[in-house]
Amino acid sequence: MGAGTDLGRVRGLGSAKSGVHHWWLQRVTAVSNLVLVLWFIFSLVRLPSLDYSSVTLWLRQPVAAVPMLLLICTVFWHLRLGVQVLLEDYLHGSARVVGMLALNFYTVAGAAAAVFAVLKIALGAA
Amino acid sequence: MAEFSLPANSKISSAGKRFPAPAGAKNVRSFKIYRWNPDDGANPRYDTYELDLADTGPMVLDALIKIKSEVDSTLTFRRSCREGICGSCSMNIDGLNTLACTQAIADIKGEVRITPLPHMEVVKDLVPDFKHFYAQYASIKPWLQTVTPAPSGEERIQSEADRAKIDGLYECILCACCSTSCPSYWWNSDKFLGPAILLQAYRWLADSRDEMTGERLDALEDPFRLYRCHTIMNCSNVCPKGLNPAKAIAEIKLMMVERAG
Ligand code: SF4
Ligand code: SF4
Ligand code: FES
Repeated sequence: MGAGTDLGRVRGLGSAKSGVHHWWLQRVTAVSNLVLVLWFIFSLVRLPSLDYSSVTLWLRQPVAAVPMLLLICTVFWHLRLGVQVLLEDYLHGSARVVGMLALNFYTVAGAAAAVFAVLKIALGAA
Repeated sequence: MAEFSLPANSKISSAGKRFPAPAGAKNVRSFKIYRWNPDDGANPRYDTYELDLADTGPMVLDALIKIKSEVDSTLTFRRSCREGICGSCSMNIDGLNTLACTQAIADIKGEVRITPLPHMEVVKDLVPDFKHFYAQYASIKPWLQTVTPAPSGEERIQSEADRAKIDGLYECILCACCSTSCPSYWWNSDKFLGPAILLQAYRWLADSRDEMTGERLDALEDPFRLYRCHTIMNCSNVCPKGLNPAKAIAEIKLMMVERAG
């Protein structure tokens, strides 16, 4: 494995031949986050009131529920990509594996719960 | 790996010596310098040297040379050209990585604190170990590579416009001021190539005569080798040659996106 020389250690296992996809998705989700968060704030401000019934009434409309689902996806995806970079920066070895597992479980579970909540309101009985 | 406290044998002891200014000195300035000797088993310390600036050259390197030749010959540092072109005298002066030979003493207020480049293994005093850095440089194959056979008896022609594309890149003197100022390089230099080496890699990616662009990008596309750069920009802030490694890295990332379609 060439670990006995300086150049061998640097060449290591070779390049992973990945990274550009992750980098690009981070930028794409940053843009969609921005657009959808602006939409979200704008929509809330325009509501007559922020009590339970007016917000659920609003979220029941497809024009609100669909962007809301998209917002959940893009926010959790962006979070997943960003925190992965943090973990890679600061954790090494088995700590990184555990961290990545926890991150993946948290993002999928968190996003699923949020999606379920929106669907329940949007599709549930009035 | 991120480390937030020094190992016990790297902690700076308070046993530093003081070398007072010569009697009758007119313009005294003290230089607080990191000292570590691999042979005496002691922890590193700061020694303080007082010099008469009226009798010292203008640059920090002049002060170091004066200390070594007139005050304390055990002080160890690297230098060669004393004009900012060899890259030997890079060190951390007053909190910033720079070249001792181009850093004017007059531009520093108060005591001048000098330490080796951060987060490098120290060989002795102000001399860091560059073995890994140079191996990283070698790993990017920093020479012209072509598939087309070299023209016999002729030079490889390059237009003036193409030649201009390596301006701001070829001037790099590999002093490592940038890489050793980069937090990502501190934590992950085992795999992250760091700004200096990535700027050098881009120097060959940007060269119109080189034909190994795809292979070079292949070797760089890696979450650690390239993508540990988070555009913190420390590198471009410190480069004593005024170069912009962060921009070169951004160009490499754009080439990666362009290639992926
Ligand atoms: S821009 Fe990149 S290479 Fe430069 S200091 Fe920041 S992280 Fe390091
Ligand atoms: S880019 Fe600047 S700071 Fe970095 S190694 Fe080259 S000359 Fe030194
Ligand atoms: S001595 Fe050559 S760069 Fe300073």
